Amino acid sequence: MTLEGVKKSYGGGKSPLVEVLHGIDLQLVEGEFAALLGPSGSGKSTLLNIMGLLETPTAGELRIADTATASLDDAARTALRNRYLGFVFQFHHLLPAFSALENVMMPLFAGQGRVTSQDRQRAAMLLQRVGLAEHAAKQPVQLSGGQQQRVAIVRALMNRPRLVLADEPTGNLDTQTANEVFALLHELNREDGTTFLIVTHDQRLADGCPRQIRLLDGRLQPDGLVSPAPSASGR
Amino acid sequence: MNFVWTVAWRLLREGRFQTALILAGVSIGVGVIVYITAIVSGLQANIIDRTLSTQAHVVLRPADIVNQAPLTVPGSVKLADIAKRTQRENTIANWGSIVARVRGTPNVSAVAAMASGPGVAQQGGVRKSIVLMGVDLDDYRQVVRLDNKLKAGRLLLPTGTALIGKELAADLGLQPGGRLRLQTATGGSQSMTVGAVLDFGLKDLNKRWVLLPLREAQNLLGFQRDVTEIYIKSERLFEAESLAANLALSTGLTADSWQSSNGQLVTALKSQSASSLMIRVFVTFAVALGIASVLVVTVVQRQREIGILRAMGTPASRILAVFLLQGGLVGLFGSLFGSLLGAAMAEGISRMAKTEDGSPLFPVVLDSELFITTALIATLVGVLAALLPALRAARLDPVVAIRG
Repeated sequence: MTLEGVKKSYGGGKSPLVEVLHGIDLQLVEGEFAALLGPSGSGKSTLLNIMGLLETPTAGELRIADTATASLDDAARTALRNRYLGFVFQFHHLLPAFSALENVMMPLFAGQGRVTSQDRQRAAMLLQRVGLAEHAAKQPVQLSGGQQQRVAIVRALMNRPRLVLADEPTGNLDTQTANEVFALLHELNREDGTTFLIVTHDQRLADGCPRQIRLLDGRLQPDGLVSPAPSASGR
Repeated sequence: MNFVWTVAWRLLREGRFQTALILAGVSIGVGVIVYITAIVSGLQANIIDRTLSTQAHVVLRPADIVNQAPLTVPGSVKLADIAKRTQRENTIANWGSIVARVRGTPNVSAVAAMASGPGVAQQGGVRKSIVLMGVDLDDYRQVVRLDNKLKAGRLLLPTGTALIGKELAADLGLQPGGRLRLQTATGGSQSMTVGAVLDFGLKDLNKRWVLLPLREAQNLLGFQRDVTEIYIKSERLFEAESLAANLALSTGLTADSWQSSNGQLVTALKSQSASSLMIRVFVTFAVALGIASVLVVTVVQRQREIGILRAMGTPASRILAVFLLQGGLVGLFGSLFGSLLGAAMAEGISRMAKTEDGSPLFPVVLDSELFITTALIATLVGVLAALLPALRAARLDPVVAIRG
């Protein structure tokens, strides 16, 4: 994925125009495991939404697998999202009306409109991989926080995405569970070569990432130039 | 496993309380519609049935004799005003060929010729004004049902017998086997045996109607071999008017359909139908609004889940379909429950409302056509009502929806 001069403004008309991102140039390399750090209000969420094709940039271009996306319509961006991207949210956001297994299958189900028994097997295999094989038939409310987040992570992997975007994936977990979940992400990255971009406040977790991307006031900081400052996260 | 069906079904199952609420609303609405329709069509069928139990669907009578107006030249002055002349005893002479022709007309199921006229019944010094109706009983029974009207005696009409109404029988103190004398203004007079006592359903008819063999009526009334009316039963009750128009053209006689002879009744039935239609339309609107408002709330409550589904790549069209299907399912299932409810209410009321003799006041009409139409309309209304909420769901911005 490549971002070229991506800018994003909000407002206009009667409310004042606010530019949140002032020209972001960024390239994510296949197989990378990167952390996106930045204080509140730095534009992290906006950048993540743009990279997730959930918002369109005001200026600049975003390429996914050599496809320019800035001028695509909603249906085309939805299709790209379904094919190339996986999402892990801060709150697991599993669908309460569906079992763990069905939640894992959901990206495929939603994109294709139907699932086969092979898809079901793949979902079961993914659950087994994160140690939840015996919980496949349970509803999300019957699972613990860590289990829910693990289901959400393998859900993001169901469509074999090229890039998984994780927004504070450990944000509402206790330290030990957070460490376990983070270790799982690492493991999936190493074993499958899936690219991960993880938004986090937690410097300690970010230190475990080979690449750290820092965002401050809508601008990327040169890698490694900003010194580690744990208090900057506002935790 | 289909995405749209599965998600629509799960969302309905998950939102138990709302689903129950919306289903109850649709069921009550459909129940009212089924109930009203069943009661009104039962009532109307019953009223028409009662009215037509003593009438033919179409009656042919001799054409009016009119004076020819003198030719007038435009601009000339009219010096004479021509009044309508009195109608002599006007009869149909060559009725045999007319009856044969009418029998061959499509849509005609039975034909009976009748010679009728005024007369007097006399017994033991009591004189009662009556209507003599000379018929061939077999033909007449094809057109007008008699077996359910028999109170005493037998439904046979050999020469020398007369069938009389129960009021006349009471006035003259007659029973089957008794005798009475029939007289007419033209001087005819004949003594007859009472063959049967009938209840025509109306007091006035029971006082006046006397059925007797055609030949004897013709003699008494001085018609020679003529008749005065030809009774016709149509295969399609509600096409009697066009049949009458056809027959008037083909026979040259005056043809009256039951609708034109019962103008007030037809008007009353029409306005009843119109008001029941109004009720049905407004109830349908209320049901549609109910479905729409509950679904709008559902969309708001589910917006985070919808946002997640959109974020992971569900096309907006598929979200739209999910909510349209929910509307359709609610309409369909609501109509099934509602049909049961309405049918139960209609059956209940027909059991409670009874005539003195214990038979239902009116039969309710519950045919499969009513249920199928209702289910189809309810499903369609459900889908249409879901349109606005579904569009709203499909247009949700995933970013805003997930943030909540």
